Amino acid sequence: MIVVLVETDAGGVLEVSRETITFCRALAREGGGVPVDALLVGEPAGAGFDDVVAELGKYGVRAVHHAQGEAFTAYSGAAWAAAVQAAREAAGSVVVAAAGTPRGNEVLAHLAARLDVAMAANVTAFGGLAPFVVTRQVVGGAALEEMRLDDRPAVFTVAGHAVDPEPAPEGTTPQVRPLEVAVDPADLVARVVSVEPPEEDRSADLASARVVVGGGRGVGGPDGFAPLVELAELLGGQLGVSRVVTSLGWRPHHEQVGQTGSRIAPEIYLPCGISGAIQHWAGCASSKVIVAINTDPDAPMVTKADYAVIGDLHEVVPAVVAELQRRA
Amino acid sequence: MMGDTTPGTGVLVCIKRVPDSSGEILLTPDAQAVDGRYVGFTVSAHESCAIELATRVAGADAEATVLTLGPSEAVEQLRSALSLGCTAATHVVADPAAYGPADVAREIAAVVRAHEAEGRPHDLVLLGNDAADSGDFQVGIRLAHELGRPVVNGAATVEVADGVATAAVDGPHGRETYRVPLPAVVTVLEGGVAPRYPTLSGRVKAKKVVVEERTPAAEPRGPSRVRLTLPPPAPSQVQLLGEGPEAAPALVDLLQSMGVAR
Repeated sequence: MIVVLVETDAGGVLEVSRETITFCRALAREGGGVPVDALLVGEPAGAGFDDVVAELGKYGVRAVHHAQGEAFTAYSGAAWAAAVQAAREAAGSVVVAAAGTPRGNEVLAHLAARLDVAMAANVTAFGGLAPFVVTRQVVGGAALEEMRLDDRPAVFTVAGHAVDPEPAPEGTTPQVRPLEVAVDPADLVARVVSVEPPEEDRSADLASARVVVGGGRGVGGPDGFAPLVELAELLGGQLGVSRVVTSLGWRPHHEQVGQTGSRIAPEIYLPCGISGAIQHWAGCASSKVIVAINTDPDAPMVTKADYAVIGDLHEVVPAVVAELQRRA
Repeated sequence: MMGDTTPGTGVLVCIKRVPDSSGEILLTPDAQAVDGRYVGFTVSAHESCAIELATRVAGADAEATVLTLGPSEAVEQLRSALSLGCTAATHVVADPAAYGPADVAREIAAVVRAHEAEGRPHDLVLLGNDAADSGDFQVGIRLAHELGRPVVNGAATVEVADGVATAAVDGPHGRETYRVPLPAVVTVLEGGVAPRYPTLSGRVKAKKVVVEERTPAAEPRGPSRVRLTLPPPAPSQVQLLGEGPEAAPALVDLLQSMGVAR
């Protein structure tokens, strides 16, 4: 039996949660066809509950455990962990999984601490079942760790894009099971007391941009970004920068692309003067096409790119801007 | 804000000496750790921000203690934190590769209890959101469970007033505020504060601090690690569009063919 903690937003079940269910279906097949259950905590954010259940049915979920009540109206990692623990007991599950999101990692870490079992964060694959061995991302995805999960339940989160989200060959009509959760008052001490929606969600613009022009250390200083901004505007895109740029205070943090900034997935990404450290790559690897502009033909960003222009961005970018304006 | 009669908040900030992972990653011969011998060592960006927050919360009249579990060389990272405003340092001398996240949490809890018994309470314990090398995402939460304290995870900022820590977290729906009574644990995500640079006077002060050395409190259960591997590098498929500004027409051709430029 496997229980998956599912997260939702206005678009329904998060893609990473659907990936996690897909991953767990493969694990369930390996384990002789055990059922996969989902857990929803509180009311789905922005999406209809019935729609969410129907979507989970497309992914082959047997039952949807639903934790409701005052304890879940505002987020608390410890209270959510209490809900996961209740769902695990109700389903008799030996595996508990969640997406490797900030919340998924937080809630399952609480669960693992409560049960005094191990937890593997950001799993990308599983090996054998006896012993149960998983492969997970370490060093920001630059290395992998094979880890034994001998404790039961086996607790892990699944890294984003480890598998493609695939609906089940045969959908289900999941049974909705209301979950009784005894939440200790101590679990509600660290709880969100207010949420301030961003006035303008600028990082969301970056994450959903069709075109991103990137700037790194090679830009040279805070005054060097004007041509990059101009190019981004001409292409209807956004400026994104590497971590060194925000660390040096050249540009604001919300423009950062990378492991600890925005993850972008544009049609085209134009990193200029970015060497391509692994942390940056983690944030831009989902770009459809990458065109690197760099003086160093051996820079990782260049060798990993689809196309490259070898040259000084201070000469190349204005020339591209001029060519675009000439053809307009 | 705190009045003159309120004692300051003692803060413990936990750091880990890790190989600098901005360049090439190498593994140790036993494949149990990342080899930092040729790339140098540092602490994670999250922990750099946690050090900054620790010194701000402790202020002028309370102690900001920096703690690490690591080999003898990890004293470098402790000295660095001292030069940035921490005022005391504790070093649990051990090989971190032999410690799982639950082991590390227990060792930190043992230090917190020992210091408390010595009259040095750490009302606030700060850690990075995740270690830059092992990426476990759980030490702070396990520590909070060990100590029976509330924990806020992934905070951009944290301030303390009247015995309450207020932390801001960039959550999925906007900026979330948590208010937790002290003592508490907070894990820090980079981005909310800019770490300061060491000053000459800071370095001089750092040299004068006697680092407290401790042996581990318990035998570690271990990290359940089988081995580390490196993903195979993807073969380069890059197509050169040209060199210098002369490549601009070829690049614009590409942009037009993709429909992103008119």
